[in-house]
This record gives sequence, C-alpha cells and structure tokens, in this order.
Amino acid sequence: MIQLEHVLVVAALLFSIGLFIALSRRNAIGILMGIELMLNSINLNLIGFARFVDSPRPIDGQVFAVFVITIAAAEAAVALALAVSIYRLRQSVDVDKLTLLKW
Amino acid sequence: MRAVVAAWYDFDPFHELYEWIGDVTSSEELVYVIIAVVGATGILSFVGLGALANVWLERKIIGRIQVRRGPNRVGPGGLLQPVADAIKLIQKEVLQPRASDGKLYNLPPILVFIPAMLTFAVFAWAPDMVYADLNVGVLYLLALSSVTSLAIFMAGWASNNKYALLGAMRVIAMAVSYEIPMVLALLAPVLFTGTMSIPGIVDFQRTNDIWLAFMLPLPVFIYAISATAELNRTPADIAEAESEIVAGFHTEYSGMKFGLFYAVELINSLAVSGILASLFFGGYSLFGIDEYIPPWIIFIGKIYFFYFGLIWLRGTWPRLRIDQLMAFSWKMLIPLALINIAVVSAEVLIWRLNEFDSWIFWVYALMNIVMMFVLLQFFFTMLTKNYYRLPRRATLIHDVSVPSLPAPTFTQGGNA
Amino acid sequence: MDDTAVVVAFYVLAAITLISALMVAVVRDLIHAVLFLILSFIGVAGLYITLSADFVAVVQVLIYAGAISVLMIFAVLLTPRSDRDNAAVSYAAPLSVLAGLLGAVIIFVGLDTDWRQVEGDRFGQTAAEIGQALLDPYALPFEVASIVLVVAMIGAIILVRPGNEEEA
Repeated sequence: MIQLEHVLVVAALLFSIGLFIALSRRNAIGILMGIELMLNSINLNLIGFARFVDSPRPIDGQVFAVFVITIAAAEAAVALALAVSIYRLRQSVDVDKLTLLKW
Repeated sequence: MRAVVAAWYDFDPFHELYEWIGDVTSSEELVYVIIAVVGATGILSFVGLGALANVWLERKIIGRIQVRRGPNRVGPGGLLQPVADAIKLIQKEVLQPRASDGKLYNLPPILVFIPAMLTFAVFAWAPDMVYADLNVGVLYLLALSSVTSLAIFMAGWASNNKYALLGAMRVIAMAVSYEIPMVLALLAPVLFTGTMSIPGIVDFQRTNDIWLAFMLPLPVFIYAISATAELNRTPADIAEAESEIVAGFHTEYSGMKFGLFYAVELINSLAVSGILASLFFGGYSLFGIDEYIPPWIIFIGKIYFFYFGLIWLRGTWPRLRIDQLMAFSWKMLIPLALINIAVVSAEVLIWRLNEFDSWIFWVYALMNIVMMFVLLQFFFTMLTKNYYRLPRRATLIHDVSVPSLPAPTFTQGGNA
Repeated sequence: MDDTAVVVAFYVLAAITLISALMVAVVRDLIHAVLFLILSFIGVAGLYITLSADFVAVVQVLIYAGAISVLMIFAVLLTPRSDRDNAAVSYAAPLSVLAGLLGAVIIFVGLDTDWRQVEGDRFGQTAAEIGQALLDPYALPFEVASIVLVVAMIGAIILVRPGNEEEA
C-alpha cells in the first residue's frame, strides 16, 4: 500500500538532494538544476496531499502543482537567459568569479 | 457471411482462452497480464511488420514518382528488399569512435525507439480494441514526441562530432518550434469532442457521422505539416539529409544502430499517420461500413493511405532551409493555429449552449473551409511581400565605428 | 490503490528518481548531469501516475522533460567549455550534512503530523476537474500565470539580444 508517509519521505529526500546540488555547484546552470529538483519535490508533495488528505476540493493540489510547473518554466527561461548574458559579459558562468558586488 | 466475419474479428478463441485461464488459475491478475502480453505482441508485430513494409513501400513509391522502378531484384517485385537491407545492416562492422561518449553512445538508438513504440498503445483499432484507454491520450502523444527529440540530441552529443551536434541542435530547435502548432492543432478536436481520449474522439466521429477533418480543415493542414517537421522528413529533413550535413545526428552510427534510427523514422511516420487517421479522419469508422469489414482493417488502410501521402510529400517537395522552416512555424503556423483555436472555441460554445443537432457540424464545416482559404491567402500574401525593403541590421559585421579618414589625395606618396 | 503492481512501480520509480538526483550531484560532466536530471524528471512523472495524477504527469513530461531540459541543454552548449564541469565547491561536505539535516527534519515532521487521510479513488477525470478548477475558483491565478509567462519570454529574449555586448 502506498501511503502518504512514503510520498513525503521520497519528496523530502529529493528536496535535500536538490538543496545540496543548488548550494554546492560552481556553475550557474548546476545551481538551476538543483532548484528544479527542489521544485519537483514540492510538486510531489502537493500531488501526494491531493491524493491522500481530506480536503473540500481534492483537485486543488494538482492545480497548485500545475501552477508550480508553469512558474518553474518561466523562471528557468529567465535564469538561463541570465546565465548566457553573464557569459557574454564576463566570459564565465562560474559563480565564484562573479564577485563585483562583494564588499 | 456475417457470422463468419464476426467470428473472425471478434477474436472469439482468445476470449475463450482467457476465460479458461481465469477458471483454471482463478486469479484475475494473471488473466490481465496474459491479455496485456497478447495485446502488446499484436501491436508490436504490426509495428515491426509495418517497418518492414514501409521500407519497401517508400522505395518503390518514391521510385515511381521519380520515373524509375524501385528495387526489383531481390524478390518478386523487390518485396524482399527490406530483408536484404536488414541483413546488410546487421553484418556491418560496429564502429564506435574512440572519442565518443562511452555508454552514452549506445543508448540513443534504443531510446529513440521507445516513444515510437509507445505511440501505438493508445490507438483505437476497433470499438473495443484499445490497448490503453488513457484519459489524456492526446497529450500523451505530444509528450512522446518531445521525448524523442531529447534522444536525438543525445545521439548527436555522444558522437563527439561537430556536424552531428549541429544536426542534433537543428533537430531540437525544429522539434521545439513545431510542437507548439501541433499542440494547438490537436486542441481543436479535443474542444469539439470534449474528451482527450482517442477512443472517445473516434466514437464522437462515428456517432455523429462526420469526420473531424471536414469540420476542422485548418488543424489537419497545420498538424500534417508540423508532424512532417517533427519526423524530420522531407521537406523538413534539413537535420539529416545527406547532401546537407553528412547525415546529421546519425553520422557516426553504423550498422544496425543506423538501421534503428531509420526504422524509427518509418515507425514514427506510421504513428503520425495513425494520429491523423484517428483524430481527424474517423479512425476505424467509415460511415457505417465498419459493421461488415473488420474495423482494424479500415484503420490500417487509413494509416497506409496517409503514409502514402507522406511519401508523396517526400518525393515531390524540395527541401527547405532551417531558417525558412523556423520562420514558417513561428510566423505562419502559430498565428494560424491561434486564430483557429479562437474561432473553434466560439463555434463549440455556440453548439454547446444551444444544443443543436448534428446538422450544425456541416455548417461549421463550410464556415471553417472558407475561413481556412481566406486565412491562408491572407498569410501567404503577408509573408511574401516587401521582404527586401524592410530595414536590415548588419549582422555579420557588428557596428564598428570607423573614424572618418581624410579625403585621399593621389599627388602625395603612398599614404592613402 | 493496493494493487501490488502499483506499489512495486512506486518503489521502483522512487528509486530511479532518487538515484538519478544523486547522480546529478556526482557526475563530472555537465551534460551528463542534465541527462540524469531529465531521467529524474521522467521518474517524478511516473510517481505522479502512481498517485492518480495523470494529467499533471503528462504535463510534467511535456514541459520539464520536453522544454526546460532543452533550454538547459542549449544554455550549457552556449557557455564555455572550460566552465562545463560539474564541480562542487570546496566546502561541499558540510553542505551535504546541512542538506541531510534539513531532509531529516522534514521527514520527521512529515511522519509525526497527523494527516487527515482519506482512502479510495478521489478523482474522476483529472483533466476535466483541473480545467474546471482553473476556470471557476482559480481564474485569476490562471490569467496572472499567463502574464508571468509572457513577461518571462519577453525578458529572456531581451536579455540575450546581441546588442548587449557593448555595455560591458
């Protein structure tokens, strides 16, 4: 039997892996990959709640997940455009080298 | 006659076999698994035989279009040519470039085959012969075509070859740009029938005795062109044509791996023809004849009819450049598809609110055909005029500021 | 949903997803990382299907594995080859401890809370229900999402226009 706890554990593990990837990459696109993994784990949580938890309108979880997918797509587009633009200006996408705003 | 035909196409022996197994083992899951395996075997055998038949069909028909006979040596009329092709490809040396990407090089021929096979699972071959009646069948088909482009990119990347990578990038760019008009064009039948499941759409066409192609000619046109571009068939095969880019993403693949890519292109053509036939042209129904002829024979006939159309396109149209293809998709197909969605939504709303009978469909058919001709004429004239008078930026040489030189004087010695 | 097949599928898909996510962190080449990311997206789509969210699963494959992955591949190929390694920063080990701790906290809270669970098949046709929900209670977020997408598209196009190079 699949139960809500199984889904939550999988989503939490995916979230922590995504967090590790997002925090520990030097490449800007690598960080974006971690962020997308975190968003996916959030979606998994929402779908699990829609399936298992008592609520007045159970489809709300899936609607929320569709919105998260939409916003993730928009954010990925802008983030990758930023990465490409930064490469053109600074010839590198290594976030350790982008230190202009440092004190 | 009727009883003989019914016994044949109802597959009665299979029903008795399933019931016998169910009685003997008394476990429903085993019967379900066996039914699934038998169904999958049937569909996959059609896919495999279709790939073989398509090789022969394509070469013969293109030969005839080009005023020559096709292959005619290997069997009676060249019928064993696919077998000869397969044997030739199997016995070739399996080369792997040393700088290629290891395990990533061997995956794409398999990965590109999987979505092609999966497409056939949702088709409705007969009123009760659907392998997987998904609620979201139409969207499932679109998702499969987007996964195919990823496998092609993997092939191009793993070859470690500039031209392969270039071909793969072209394929992805074209696939992504032609997905949008395809989605919008496939949205129109979904709007009319109110369901995304393919058996539901075919059922709608059968009960209302109208093919959605009559009502929605513009989506048929848009879908046919977008699917041709997604399949990388001529006129849109810029990514893999031999005279263009040295065979594109499958340059470095030899032997049966290339054979798999080629077979997948043929199977995908069959799948696209199947989608056209199911969604727009009635699927297994042929205005009532499907009670006397087995519906799956009608369906397979329609698939091959549209596949003949695809071969015809390949034989007669010239190849388009990549920028022409992109411009065609973004500037023409997407606005057309959007306008079509707006008009079709209005029509569906009027139909649903007033609860008309089926006669309204023929009115809509007339309106939509007129609208299609008007729109196409409008777009053709808009897209082909005044192109050379638009201001063009210099793109090869960036704006380099050149200081104004003094006027050259030829009396002084060679400074100017 | 206590078919054994569904339970087995859930565990297999969860394993595929988690292992691909780990491989994203571990592999050396960035393109391999993107390919493993695509595999984890497809794994998550499979998980959605086991949780009776068929429409969201197909949308996930279409958008994530079909479009966002292509975006990432293009972005990786447009950036320099010298920066294309998937290296971690030097302080990655404490970060992994931090991420593990956070995951443990989330798991503990998830297991400890008393969710009011309801069994049984709850959805009819999820596509139809999502469509109705998008039009009736959630029409405003729907429109705002479309505006966000248009703004993101225009912003991305403006950011990568060729004229920006001389502003350095």
